[in-house]
Amino acid sequence: MLNVGKIEEGFVLDHISAGKSLSIYHDLKLDQLDCTVAIIKNARSNKMGKKDILKVECDIDMLDLDILGFIDHNITVNVIKDGEIVEKKELVLPKEIRNIIKCKNPRCITSIEQELTHIFVLTDPDKEIYRCKYCEEMYSGEFKKKK
Amino acid sequence: MRHLMSPLDFSVEELDRLMDIAEDIEKNREKYAHYCDGKVLATCFYEPSTRTRLSFESAMLHLGGQVLGFASADSSSAAKGESVSDTIRIISCYADICAMRHPKEGAPMVAASKSGIPVINAGDGGHQHPTQTLTDLMTIRSLKGRLDNMTIGLCGDLKFGRTVHSLINALKRYPGINFIFISPEELRIPDYIREDVLDKNNIPYKEVIKLEDVMPELDILYMTRVQRERFFNEEDYVRLKDFYILTKEKMALAREDMMVLHPLPRVNEISVEVDDDPRAVYFKQVQYGMYIRMALILTLLELV
Repeated sequence: MLNVGKIEEGFVLDHISAGKSLSIYHDLKLDQLDCTVAIIKNARSNKMGKKDILKVECDIDMLDLDILGFIDHNITVNVIKDGEIVEKKELVLPKEIRNIIKCKNPRCITSIEQELTHIFVLTDPDKEIYRCKYCEEMYSGEFKKKK
Repeated sequence: MRHLMSPLDFSVEELDRLMDIAEDIEKNREKYAHYCDGKVLATCFYEPSTRTRLSFESAMLHLGGQVLGFASADSSSAAKGESVSDTIRIISCYADICAMRHPKEGAPMVAASKSGIPVINAGDGGHQHPTQTLTDLMTIRSLKGRLDNMTIGLCGDLKFGRTVHSLINALKRYPGINFIFISPEELRIPDYIREDVLDKNNIPYKEVIKLEDVMPELDILYMTRVQRERFFNEEDYVRLKDFYILTKEKMALAREDMMVLHPLPRVNEISVEVDDDPRAVYFKQVQYGMYIRMALILTLLELV
């Protein structure tokens, strides 16, 4: 059994589907931060069989976790301060996503004007449907599938 | 400052007010002849559309205003690679209001976000064409006296036809609307219209292939053209373009008070012999299109 030590301040992202942690590492742009990160793959889990865990030691206001709600809202986010869990964040679907996914509609204005921010808006929370703000093309889910 | 991107930008009450103004314009053309004195409309058309552009220009001229603009991307700075955002910033310095048509979906929305003047979406690819929908609503209300409790048949290209999607979205807000969709299998209405608009709002509808079967049921028949520019594959276009042709014989099956609308231009889908039938109102529709655009310009410029 592999042991990874406690962190003093930061986040523990638990219950990540097995194999997805490295993608989430990049989606949260952790590669661009100068902080300690532990990526634990295929940890044993009673609930999931196997799971991934990310431990990030950083100031708790350094990370924007809204995107996690879009990627997988079953991930558990533990906020750590002074070595203790001070909060378990509930992930919700973000109302708007900017520059995370791109519109695939070849007729969309974003296909020719490169500098435009790619914006997707949550139009149906029940079905988790996002649509491009400009052309209303539905996001077809490749982002989640690649995880 | 308001823009018009989609027909749903206006509430039912606001639409009623807009149509009231358009009706008043129809009755009192002289009264409105100088409402836009000193105002300039820019028509920025990145793809050709003689009908819509002339309708906007005619609307502004009838209000006493002036017009400037371009009729294709080739004759605009877009040919030099200028972005829509930059172009609208320039246009905002020259004009008081802008009507924009663009082949790319969402382009007018990008323009509106950077614009110093009201922007009207005059058609963006296969996405929205709100002033066509306003024209359709205005025509139905003026000639039928109501927008509720009707059976509306939509015929032709229901898959790519943006006027059809917009009209369904606009009419879903009125009670007692029943749709009949008449199309070949390949051009059926998209799933998202069926699920998110019709089923979600419990709006009754049925889908058929033969026009003759449903003619007696209709209050309105909305014919559409199969548009070559919406197909990536020429073979599919050729196979489907003449699937429906409305003839005198088919009109004989319809009620006396049924009305035929068409966003125009018409190609082969309505035989010219139908033009003389009093129930063929597609040319009157053009006239209503100008009145509603006049009302829209006045409303967005806050002159009424």
